[in-house]
Amino acid sequence: MGTTPPEALLICEHCDTVYRRRTLARGEVARCACCHAELERHHGLSLTALLALVLTAMIVFVQANMWPIVTLGLNGQFSGATLWGTIIAMWQQQAQVISVLAAATLFFFPLTKMLLLGWLLWFARLGRRAPGFAPMMVVLHYLQPWTMSEVFVLGALVAIVKAHLYFDVVADPGIYAYAALTLLITVFAGVDLRQLWELTPEDPA
Amino acid sequence: MSAFPRAAELGLISCHVCKLVCADALDGDDPSNEMACPRCGSALHRRKPSSYVRAWALLIAAFLLYIPANVLPIMRTASLNDIDDNTIISGVVELWVKGSPDLAVIVFTASIVVPMLKFLSLGTLLVSCQRGSDWARPQRAKLYRLIEFIGYWSMLDVFVVSLLTALVRFNLLSRVEPLPGVIFFGLTVVLTMLASMSFDPRLIWDGRDSDD
Repeated sequence: MGTTPPEALLICEHCDTVYRRRTLARGEVARCACCHAELERHHGLSLTALLALVLTAMIVFVQANMWPIVTLGLNGQFSGATLWGTIIAMWQQQAQVISVLAAATLFFFPLTKMLLLGWLLWFARLGRRAPGFAPMMVVLHYLQPWTMSEVFVLGALVAIVKAHLYFDVVADPGIYAYAALTLLITVFAGVDLRQLWELTPEDPA
Repeated sequence: MSAFPRAAELGLISCHVCKLVCADALDGDDPSNEMACPRCGSALHRRKPSSYVRAWALLIAAFLLYIPANVLPIMRTASLNDIDDNTIISGVVELWVKGSPDLAVIVFTASIVVPMLKFLSLGTLLVSCQRGSDWARPQRAKLYRLIEFIGYWSMLDVFVVSLLTALVRFNLLSRVEPLPGVIFFGLTVVLTMLASMSFDPRLIWDGRDSDD
């Protein structure tokens, strides 16, 4: 194999089958012939479009954290909760493990992911590798499975239905921001960020 | 065995982190010989390191924690005249009876079906791979991708309890408190996720002469 450059090859992550890489047309998905796992996908989003989506996600994320998610009413008393209110409440109620888990998967990891992506995409758009490119790409890879905002949205819906049995429930702006965030996450789910390795030149400026 | 060229046969390694294809210069007999990916700097491995041991250890730990997660109550609803402790399953039943059966099905799936599916599937994958079985390989590969994809949705109930704890705080009239079951359940989900990440799906295709 000595003569083939490594970029021309592709190895299926799920079964180790080696392929010669082929340029994909818009909307095409390459699948492994052996185990049917997805090899590569052409998502048709430019770097500028991705950057715009990350910036949108940041704005929505701030909204989702600023505003209460739901407010409950009982005999004229009201009680609302934000994400941080939830994290703090769990800490105070002797469930620190859950509190830390929620803070990480719903706040710190998504935030880190967006900031890193914004930074990397900004420089990629200018045709360069951002300072700290390689370690940041590694961090992004390990963070990937640990962001859970979309699960939290479904959890909020279940909590609303449960609370509705006993209380008056008012949906607050936070829940709409979370719904928008879930849509953006779904768009990003189809993008393999490792393509940034190939889209930017080897030597940083 | 298969008609497709495999990286191990061609002397190639794909970086686990950045997917770069590298020439395999690892010495199989000498574990101290290490190689870093020239592009991202991560350590290169032919297979995820000690995949079986790690996956088994994490899976068994997750299963042990799953028992108290189900037996112990996860949430207390306290009001003036009564205290009501809910386990995962009684929470599902309550949703089914009083509220909406469709959400009850979703919570049941996330909290009971998905973890059980992960225990059974990952256990089956580990046993069949260690025996070098060539049984239903494409289906087992698909099963692995399924459990990777759905795993983290089990956190659903943990977030429901957290939100209700934050919301229902009407002093004596009505309050919700988390109980130890929810901590065990949260840890179960994290451990099952780590277990399925430790498992290397390439082992499904490796046959008897795997390198673990």
